[in-house]
Order: sequence, then C-alpha cells, then structure tokens
Amino acid sequence: MTSQTTHTDPVILEMRSITKEFPGVKALSEVSLRVKAGEIHAICGENGAGKSTLMKVLSGVYPYGSYDGDIVYQTEVQQFKDIRASEHAGIVIIHQELALIPELSIMENIFLGNEPTKRGVINWAEARQRSTELLARVGLREDPDTPIKEIGVGKQQLVEIAKALNKSVKILILDEPTAALNESDSQHLLDLMLGLKAKGITSIIISHKLNEIEQIADSITIIRDGKSIETLDVKADGVDEDRIIKGMVGRALESRFPDHTPKIGEVFFEVKDWSVGHPAIQDRLVCKSSNFFVRRGEIVGFAGLMGAGRTELARSVFGRSYGRFINGHVYKDGKEVVLKNVRQAIDAGLGYVTEDRKSLGLNLLDDIKATTVSANLKKISRNSVVDTAKEFEVAEQYRKALRTKTPSVEEGVAKLSGGNQQKVVLAKWMFTDPDLLILDEPTRGIDVGAKYEIYGIIQQLANQGKGVVVISSELPELLGLSDRIYTIFEGAITGVLNKEEASQESLMKLMTSARKAA
Amino acid sequence: MNALKKLFGGNTRQFGMIFALVALIVFFQITTEGRTLTPGNVINLFNGNSYILILAIGMVLVIIAGHIDLSVGSVAAFVGVTVALAIRDWGIPWYAGVLLGLLLGALIGAWQGLWTAYVGIPAFIVTLAGMLLFRGFNQFVGKSNTIPVPNDFQYLGSGYLPEVGPSTGYNNLTLLIGLAAVAFVIFSEIRRRRTAKVLGAEVAETWVVVLKLVLVCAAILYATYLFATGRPGTSFPIPGLILAVLVLIYGFVSSKTVVGRHIYAVGGNRHAAELSGVQSKKVNFLVMMNMSILAGLAGMIFVGRSTASGPFDGVGWELDAIAAVFIGGAAVTGGVGTVIGSIIGGLVMAVLNNGLQLLGVGADLTQIIKGLVLLIAVAFDVYNKSQGKRSIIGLMMNNFNRPTGGPGTPLQPDETTSTKETIAREA
Repeated sequence: MTSQTTHTDPVILEMRSITKEFPGVKALSEVSLRVKAGEIHAICGENGAGKSTLMKVLSGVYPYGSYDGDIVYQTEVQQFKDIRASEHAGIVIIHQELALIPELSIMENIFLGNEPTKRGVINWAEARQRSTELLARVGLREDPDTPIKEIGVGKQQLVEIAKALNKSVKILILDEPTAALNESDSQHLLDLMLGLKAKGITSIIISHKLNEIEQIADSITIIRDGKSIETLDVKADGVDEDRIIKGMVGRALESRFPDHTPKIGEVFFEVKDWSVGHPAIQDRLVCKSSNFFVRRGEIVGFAGLMGAGRTELARSVFGRSYGRFINGHVYKDGKEVVLKNVRQAIDAGLGYVTEDRKSLGLNLLDDIKATTVSANLKKISRNSVVDTAKEFEVAEQYRKALRTKTPSVEEGVAKLSGGNQQKVVLAKWMFTDPDLLILDEPTRGIDVGAKYEIYGIIQQLANQGKGVVVISSELPELLGLSDRIYTIFEGAITGVLNKEEASQESLMKLMTSARKAA
Repeated sequence: MNALKKLFGGNTRQFGMIFALVALIVFFQITTEGRTLTPGNVINLFNGNSYILILAIGMVLVIIAGHIDLSVGSVAAFVGVTVALAIRDWGIPWYAGVLLGLLLGALIGAWQGLWTAYVGIPAFIVTLAGMLLFRGFNQFVGKSNTIPVPNDFQYLGSGYLPEVGPSTGYNNLTLLIGLAAVAFVIFSEIRRRRTAKVLGAEVAETWVVVLKLVLVCAAILYATYLFATGRPGTSFPIPGLILAVLVLIYGFVSSKTVVGRHIYAVGGNRHAAELSGVQSKKVNFLVMMNMSILAGLAGMIFVGRSTASGPFDGVGWELDAIAAVFIGGAAVTGGVGTVIGSIIGGLVMAVLNNGLQLLGVGADLTQIIKGLVLLIAVAFDVYNKSQGKRSIIGLMMNNFNRPTGGPGTPLQPDETTSTKETIAREA
C-alpha cells in the first residue's frame, strides 16, 4: 500500500487559486498549492508573505466562504467551517505558539477536547494506555502524568504531535516547529517527521530555517507577497538554500527612499559582550555575547528572522527591559554607562520604539498630546505639575513637523491609522531628544506613502547627528535605509556588512546560518 | 438635543451622570413633596455619605491603576478604634489623634502596597486578606467594645462651620465658601478659554459657555442657600468641607500632575508605560498606600459622627465605594475614571438611598433597587462600548477633567491597520 502511493504520487491536497482579502489588504492572491500523499511539503516565504494565512484557510480558521478558490482534499472539494471540521477530515495544524495547558498532565493535554468516555465519564484507563502508545510513537519517554510545564519546549512539541496522531491525522501542518527549539531537539523533531512520512502521513512544514527544509522536504512551494511563485521538487531540481533564497526575495525594490547623503561621525555608542538570558527558560540565551557600535549620524540596520533575538537585544540594552541580564558593557561617548531600568536609559539619551505598537507602544486610551509628552513629562512640568498649555504646544509642533493626519491633537490615538500612530510614537521619542534612537520594525503595518515619510524622518534624525538603529524584517527597507547592517541568527551577531557590500542574498545567508562573516 | 449636546459637549462632557443625578433629585423632590431639598435633609445626606465619598476618591485611583481595594472598611474601623483608644487611654489631643490615624493608615497602606506592587500579588487577594486582618485587629484592639470619643473629636464628623461676623440670617462662612466656589468656577473657565484661544485649540461658542456657567453657578448658589439656612447651629458640615478640599486636591493631582499621568498610564497599558520610563511599581505602591490613608481618614470621620468607635464600623463600605467609582464611569480594566465622576456616582447612590428612605421604602427594596442601578449603569456603559459608540457614562465622566479624544471616539483600533498588522505578525 505504502509503496504503491509513493510510486503513483497521487495528490492528496490541492488548493486552487485561493484569494483571501482583509479590509484594505489582499493577503493571498490566486495562491495554488499541490501536496502529494506521503510527502513532506515545505512552504517558504518572507515574513508577511502569506504562509500562515494560507494554512489558516486550509485548517478552517478562516471558514469556507470567507475566501475565494477551492480546497480539494482526497479528490473532494471541502468546505471547512471551523477547525473541528478540518480536524475531523484529518488535517491538523500545530501552531508556533503551542496550544497546551501548562498545568495539565501530558495525558490530559493529549486528550483535551477529545476525551475517551464511557457513558459521559472519562475513561482514564483507556486514555493512559493510548497515551503510552502515542508517546512511544513520537519517541517521548515521559510519564503521561507529568505536568506539561515540567517538560521542555522540544518535548512539548512532541506532545502536540502525539495529540495530532490521536486524531488520526492524514495531513500534519507544522508552523515554525523548530523556532523555539535547540539543535538536538530540532534534529529529533525532523527525524520524527521523516518517521511519520515512512508511515504514510503527509506533512506541511513552514520554516525559516532553510537548512532544515533542504534536509527533509520533498517539495517546496514559495510564496511571495501573497502569491505562489513556484513549486520546486527538491531531488529533481537539485534545490539548495541559495535557490530557495532567490525565490523568496527575487523581487524588485518596491518602496523608494528619500535621497540622503549620510554625514557619519565618530563612534559614540558601543555595546560589548552582551549576553542576556531568556526571561522564563533557565539556560536559554537570547543574546550571546554580542558586540556592536553606532557612529554619530549613522543609520545602522539589524537584520534577522523573527525570533532571532533582534528585539531581545534592543530591549535588553534599553534599560534591561527584557530578559535576565547576564553580562555586558555599554559605552556612551567613551564612558561606560550602567542602565538598570528604562528611566536610566532614557536619561542617558536612549530611545526605543517598539515593534508592537498596540500592546507595548501606546496607551490606546490616551489622546495624541498626552502620548507625545508621555516619555518626557519632566520637560513640560514645573514642580511636577504638568503645564497643559505647553503640552498642547509641543504636540501641535510635532503634528506639523511630522505631518500627522488628525483633526486635532486632542484626538484619541486609537482613532488614528497605523502610519499616523507611528508618527505619534516617533514624536514621543523625538521629544525625549535621544542621542541613540532604536526603531524596531518602524514601518510594520504601514502603507507605502507613510513609509516614505517615516524613512524621511529617520534620515533627518541621522542628519542631526543622532545614531539610529533600525531593526526590520524587510530586507529592501534595511538595504535602502542603512549605512551598515548587522545580521543576527539565534541570538548571536553573525556578521556586519557595509551598505555597498550588502545584498538580499548576502544578508539572507548570514541571517539563516551561524556562519561568521569574514 | 443638539443644543444640549452643545451645552455639555466641547471640553467637558459631563452630561450623562449629572443628568441622571439631577433627574433623580427632581424625581424625589416631587414624589416626597418637597422633603428632599430641605436644608436638614441635604445636610444629612452629606454627613451620612461623606466618608463613602472620601473612600471613592482613593478607590478611583486604585481602579484607574488597574487594582481594587476590598480592605477599606476594615482599615477605617481599625484606624478608628486605635485613635479612639489613644485619645481615651493616653489622653492625646484630638489633632494628635488625627495625625496618628493618618500615620497608621499610611503604615497599613505601605504594607498592602508592598505586597501588591513589589511582591506582585494581585490587589484583590492582598486586600481580601487585609479585610480580614484589619477587621480582626479592630476587634482585638478594641476588645469588641464601643469606645467613645470626646466632643472636640466629634466635631470632625458632625461639626458645622461656626457663626461669625454680622448677623445676616444666614451662615456667613457658608455663604463665603459658596461665593468663592462661584468665583473659582467662572475664573477657571475664563482662563481655560484664554489659553485655548492663544494656542489655537477649539473653543466653545460664547453663549454655550455662558449658559453653562449660569447653570453651574445657580446650582452652587442654591446649594449654598440650602446649607446656610438650616436649623440654627447647622450650616455647611465639616465632613463636607474636608471632602470638598480632597476633591479639589485629588482632582488636580489626577489630571494635572506627573504622578496623575503615571497612574493613568500604568492602568491604561502597563508595558507601554514601563517602556516610557514610568516606574510602575512605585505608582502601584503609592496608589495602594494613598487608599489606606484616606480609609483611615474616613474611619475617623465616621467615629466622630457616631461619637464612638465600634467593632462593626465600616462593614460593607468597600462595596459602596467601588459601586460609586463604577457608576462614575471607571473601567474594570483600568486606565479610565475620574475623581469627580466617582463623586457624582457616589452622590447618585446617596440620593437614591436617601430618597427611598424618605418615601418609606424598606431596606430590602432599597438594596434591590441599588443593585439594579449599579448593574444597569455599567451594562449600559459596556453595551455602548461594544457598539463602538462612546459609552455615555464613561464618556461624560471620562472627560470631565481630562479630555481625551473627541466626541464619538470609538475605543476601537483602526480596522484596516489592525488587520494588516495581524497579518504581518502572523504570516
């Protein structure tokens, strides 16, 4: 039976010209995907290309009717109305954020929502026996009664797979399964996937780690800007990492940048041997003895995939607002400074614009003027009484300078569009008059026009002799904006390229492997 | 309706709750055949509720910061009995007693603040424990006895402004305070308009402002008249005076100072506040500590009013204070609320209580009605928010002192952006 399917390679799943629109954005446009029975099919693409959206369409998170196109599964058109429907058909998705309940045991988690019952009462004896079998199948040697919180992420991932196997899965979808795993756990997981493949289970894997894809995938579909670009047969086409990268980034620069002649001065900010531990996991490092420096008037880019440790590095430097500080030194203007909290960092002339505007950057209950002054209330208050007239004046000044589109600075920030919200956040940090401004994904969720304006603001700040650090997932943005680009992979800085030597390919290579730059 | 909107719109949208309060007063004035707005009844109303309103001032700050305090009744009782004992047994003068009470309140607040802010235990738990702890302390220290306080201490809870100056047939000091309040209201409105004009911000039309000022001033003058023409020996009550001073101070602190901004910031989005350099632990500590100081003060005023401290003082106060704050437009999730809103919320409850009493409605029915009012007020609020409209109550009160956003601001994120961002983050 198994040998027969591999010979004839019937298509188990076909997604035909899937189009999914959100108000104002076309997330997927005519995407097609053909998955053969019994293969491991990888989906590759940059952040925001539409991979996760496609999987959500497949698994019924976005129900039938909310997208255009057909899902043909086992030769029948499917109309999944929710996740239960797709799971019932044998399509199980394992998300990047694991859906396990930490306080419950392995066994309880495996059978959560799917409990074996006898006349309405859970049959624990059967559950125990079946979970022992399932754990053996995924190669996890743990007592089924162990609480989930007591096992590591790698083992938790295996429990998720056991849970999927219990639902008699036919297609297993893994979204970034190894993103949070260390090397040996990752390898174990990849081996397990190959083992499942031998048993006839089809897998779809989404991963940023191209070396892993090269290792296990049979076919690769590349998605870029919401369109399916190509499907590669790994063996037949002789695909390697470079080939995948080319497919992923092979687009013309869409966003333009304002003209800018950098006026770069001397080094004024330096971070040495910076190591930071994960806030919750004991032995995991999110920054591994990183070194970097910034010159006056320089725009420094940080490239890295999501979860590589860019934000962690920035936030830990910014007053240790993330993780457990282990060791490292920060020098500003040649002198070592110790920044133990955000207040000290701001007072020392640092600013940090977060990537997560809504949950970390803004108080959505506030209005524009209150937000603008919120990081530097001292400057507009006397004897700790806020001068509301001055507050209005300052907010008005920045509204004009940054051309924020709003009827008045007394408008609530929740009412603004993403681009204008970002301008308010930038105003807030510009008002603290920092020497070094760190911008984490400064143009995320912002349309092209506003992007251009924000690039202009960033360049202006650099012209004033400030150092600007830009963290971005969009390589064209980094290439267009930065004077120098550092690459980060798994918490370590893997290289630094000058503007002239950097290209999407060279960056992508450094971002996806631990190879040191020359 | 448009005229009304104009009247109460602009910078101070206090329409909803004030309207409810006025409607309630008018209703009871009619149904009780004029017994509601008599000097004696109004004075009683203030005397009997001032300590709850004082608690509401502290409670609104706690709730804005995203916490809750269930211990205020017990703290008030413990401070009350300690002060009563100190005055009786150690013979300290009344002002030393007050000082001792405030100090004890601060100490208790520091204890609760420590657990809440620095150890990170939810305030609900800390103050639930505090509720038991300090009730126990009250009964332990006072041996569950009633401890009387001397006359000069009673003045704090049941005194009136003295008669001074020429005999006008009114209480002169009360008149003076009333006139000062009118002058203050007019002056601050003029000043606000002037600065707004200089800065080029929106200003309301002149007739709107004049009409508003006339209404507010008329209300103040009428209240002054009631307080000044009471039974001989009565006038504006001392607890009311303390309350007024506290409202002014806390209204100012919450809306105009750095500390006030920080409280709203921590309650609105703690992470964003921390990343802007706000020391949220310190803010939480201060807010909890302040609450207990005010609870101590409320306890002392109550003891003064009832002439003695007892083992069951302050039972259920926390619930009245919390109800006042939520009726006054605060959000359970924090970040929203005003001092003046909570006072009005408290007054709504007080007027309701008083009016039903005057009508001879029993305590059972009164409780049922009060419960329903609380539920309906907040439900209305929640419903309006979920409809994307600004909540009437929250909106009015929210912006009393602290205008945030224009009229009709939905507290919903911009649809397009949020979707784009979701995709960007998830894909």
